[in-house]
Amino acid sequence: MEAVYAFCVGLLTACGVFLTLRGRTFSVVIGITLLSYAVNLFLFSSGRLKLAAAAVLNSTGDYTDPLPQALVLTAIVIGFAMTAFVVILAMRGRADLGNDHVDGRIPSEESALHRHRGYKS
Amino acid sequence: MSLIWIPLLPLLGTLVPLLTSRFGRNVCAFSVAVLPSVSMVLALLTAPSVLQGETIQYHAKWLSSLGLDIAFRMDGLSLLFCGLILGIGLLVILYARYYLSSNDSIGRFYAYLILFMTAMLGIVLSNNVIQLWMFWELTSISSFLLISFWSHKSDARKGARMALTVTGAGGLALLAGLLLMGHLVGSYNLDDILNSGDLLRDHQAYPFVLFLVLLGAFTKSAQFPFQFWLPHAMAAPTPVSAYLHSATMVKAGIFLMARFYPVLSGTELWFIVVSMTGLATLLFGAYMALFKHDLKGLLAYSTISHLGLITLLFGMNTQLAAVAAVFHIINHATFKASLFMAAGIIDHESGSRDMRKLNGLWKYMPHTAALAMVAALSMAGVPLLNGFLSKEMFFAETLDQDTLGSLSWMIPVLATIGGVFSVAYSLRFIHDVFFNGEPIDLPKTPKEPPRYVKIPVEILVGLCLLVGIFPTYIVSGILAAASSAVLNGELPEYSLAIWHGVNLPLLMSCLAMAGGLIVYYNRRHLFQFQAQFEDQDAKFIFERWVQRLVNRCAQFIEYIDNSSLQRYIVIMMVMALIFMAGPLLDLKHTEGARQLLELNGVVLTGAVLLSMGAVATVIWHRDRLMALLMLSVVGLVVAIAFAYFSAPDLALTQLAVEIVTIILLLLALFFLPQKLPKESSPKRITRDIAIALLIGGVVGTINFAIMTRAPDTISNYYLENSKTGGGGDNVVNVILVDFRGFDTLGEITVLGIAALGIFKLIAAMRLYMPSSDETGRTWSLDRRPLILSVISQSLLPLALLVSAYIFLRGHNAPGGGFIAGLITSVAIIQQYIANGVEWVKPRITMSYQWMIAGGILIAGLTGGGSWMFDRPFLTSWFDHFHLPIVGDFELASAILFDLGVYLTVVGATMLILANLGQLTTSERIPSEQH
Repeated sequence: MEAVYAFCVGLLTACGVFLTLRGRTFSVVIGITLLSYAVNLFLFSSGRLKLAAAAVLNSTGDYTDPLPQALVLTAIVIGFAMTAFVVILAMRGRADLGNDHVDGRIPSEESALHRHRGYKS
Repeated sequence: MSLIWIPLLPLLGTLVPLLTSRFGRNVCAFSVAVLPSVSMVLALLTAPSVLQGETIQYHAKWLSSLGLDIAFRMDGLSLLFCGLILGIGLLVILYARYYLSSNDSIGRFYAYLILFMTAMLGIVLSNNVIQLWMFWELTSISSFLLISFWSHKSDARKGARMALTVTGAGGLALLAGLLLMGHLVGSYNLDDILNSGDLLRDHQAYPFVLFLVLLGAFTKSAQFPFQFWLPHAMAAPTPVSAYLHSATMVKAGIFLMARFYPVLSGTELWFIVVSMTGLATLLFGAYMALFKHDLKGLLAYSTISHLGLITLLFGMNTQLAAVAAVFHIINHATFKASLFMAAGIIDHESGSRDMRKLNGLWKYMPHTAALAMVAALSMAGVPLLNGFLSKEMFFAETLDQDTLGSLSWMIPVLATIGGVFSVAYSLRFIHDVFFNGEPIDLPKTPKEPPRYVKIPVEILVGLCLLVGIFPTYIVSGILAAASSAVLNGELPEYSLAIWHGVNLPLLMSCLAMAGGLIVYYNRRHLFQFQAQFEDQDAKFIFERWVQRLVNRCAQFIEYIDNSSLQRYIVIMMVMALIFMAGPLLDLKHTEGARQLLELNGVVLTGAVLLSMGAVATVIWHRDRLMALLMLSVVGLVVAIAFAYFSAPDLALTQLAVEIVTIILLLLALFFLPQKLPKESSPKRITRDIAIALLIGGVVGTINFAIMTRAPDTISNYYLENSKTGGGGDNVVNVILVDFRGFDTLGEITVLGIAALGIFKLIAAMRLYMPSSDETGRTWSLDRRPLILSVISQSLLPLALLVSAYIFLRGHNAPGGGFIAGLITSVAIIQQYIANGVEWVKPRITMSYQWMIAGGILIAGLTGGGSWMFDRPFLTSWFDHFHLPIVGDFELASAILFDLGVYLTVVGATMLILANLGQLTTSERIPSEQH
């Protein structure tokens, strides 16, 4: 099961990294969200995977590691705040600059591509 | 009396001219001289014991653990330099009173000058090499200010910049050298370093230390090939040239060589590098000086040549050569300072420094002429003057060394040639200026200067004569003390007599005299020869090099910092990849020894869903709504995964956050383009996929490697103490609000700050409101669905009840402030969605900002409350109570803290979403109007 879990974390990371490398703000936001899923899962798994052993004290005495969970819990909430901040920043950027490119302007490589395809810039 | 006052008094003195300049130039000059005079007296008071060979120390602890202390030492070498710095400094103060015109800000000039004096005193007195370096840099800065004193002149600005760049760059090399030296010795204390000569010389890093320290010394002392800045520094007022460029600053490099002579010299490398540099500088300076028409230009090159001579002496492998070097430091300072002063007088009284115009001044200013001629003859090395004595010693030492092995005979020959040119330019100084016909259209008719200004020149020239005629009475004491400091206590036999009988050095002197006469007599031929060379202005060459360097740097910066976020992220990712993958290469087995879980259908289904969701998000990332839907699939699977792997708190949080996030992103999509054109080139896509897959693979591998190894956890402490210490069964919650409450306090603060930042971003946003979607369909203006609004209104109390329940049970079962806060937010957001902003606004009147502030305040005060019971911050308290109907229950102070968390989460989430949502409605229009 650990292998499947690790595969999922790796895949989420890869998808997240690919999207953060895109040029438009919304893709980057989605990429960051995917990356934060991956990071949270990664941190969570540092307590090792355990089934039916929630860290709520009871008579069984078999518990999973509560510390990574506490850390990930706040990370999820803060991750939301950060995503929100980036999204609003993206909107503000588009409102002030007139485009939604991460650099605030369409770089020349892309305008060259446009010319190559017969667009008029 | 403590040593520290010697540099400290002039430092205080920098304020004096600024305060007294308003009372007139005379008051200013005299008040400025007071503190350095006191310093001079203090220095002289130490003389009796220093001349006995004692070293006086001052030590004050500062950052001792870093090797930084305030430490001063006074030995023979320091005393000699203190005498030069303060003595000539006082004369220059007097001289500058005459030289500066009433238009110049004399207060500012004196302040710079005294600052420079402090810095020089600091260098020669420091007993800590880092402290020494700090004063070293201070001389660079204060000399920059002095050279650029007439900052309206382009020459002055360029010259100052060049001097600062060259000496500053050398200073950096010196710092590296000193740090290395201190590191090797294990102490930055000069005493310790001076006693570690063998250790340093035998160390394999010795060449680096030597190279770096010499780089500092050579740039400061204008040694070849760094000599070019000195002639351009002549744009400074002449008192500055007389002080900095004859006696003090350029001698700082020489001082450095003398200071570290006991530790760095004595190796082949030292002798070759130092002697060859000195020899090249000596010849170059002496030759070039002859062709300068500017009086100060001639003196500048002559200074370069004499500095080369001293360097050459330090580079010869005899102890006597070091004595001769020290002796020449004294002699050069006296005759060169007086010559600069004389040149300044001539400039001031005749309005020109051009030797083609200045002729026959003997008739107009005989007194000044006599003084200048004596000093010039000393520079030429004529007997009965001090220059002769040290030059004679120099010639003797060139004969007595074997630095170059069988080629050592070249050094005396080349030294004699240097002597020839030295005599020739000295003759030119005397003959061209004071004789050689009549002045040619000078701006002013030359006349004698005021009486008092000749006093400093007379004192210096008098010293030249006294040292030249009675060397044993005047200088032998200080020379012996300084030389023994340079040689670390060993003093060779030498005699300071004028007449040593007919010997080779005397013959060399005679040859130099005769040769100089001949060269000067035939100077027209030489001038013609020299005129064939293209006259290159070092200023322009230097500026060009600087410009080229700046352009290169700009190109490099343009490459790494092209304000493209994508470029930055790529660089960051690749670096992360390198650092992550490196250690993995050394890891032999990916899989550890831990017992693994069995794979089952549930997990496999979840994994397939998650993978499909993630990949679909990427594939459809240009169709944004689809991407968002796929993203929410991933989020839900993550939440389920948390629930499955024994983390109910995380599952609840993730679920609630997922809802809030997707609503947020949907709102944002309204203001962002719905679809995107294909814009990345195939090449870039391929590159990005490669980077992404590599990073994903590495992260997955690390994750797998961690999970398959047995944990080494600190959590047992939390599990054992959760009930007894924190009063709760839910260990995750107890960690959040109790064990690591301080972390949580910080985190909710961050949450609040992020929300407020978003609030500010939204407040000033000028958005355009799309009137239709991208296919041209206009927005529906229908009323909100009735059923939805009725149901959600009736759901609200229920949802709030649930969140209260989740909140209260949080300490003992999955739940708590974070989760309850998110549930409350979702319930309120649902009202916004179902009923619209205009419906919610009058009904929920509380301010979300206040809610955030109140939440953080409550959490903070709960923490602070434990101080009242003399407990550390955030210590929790709990107890069990019994109420009739309710039964047994527990109260913990942590629940108050959790209330703070709850309020902050609700406030932050609502502040973000409500304000963003408001933008999409007619409610935002009033806010746009003002």
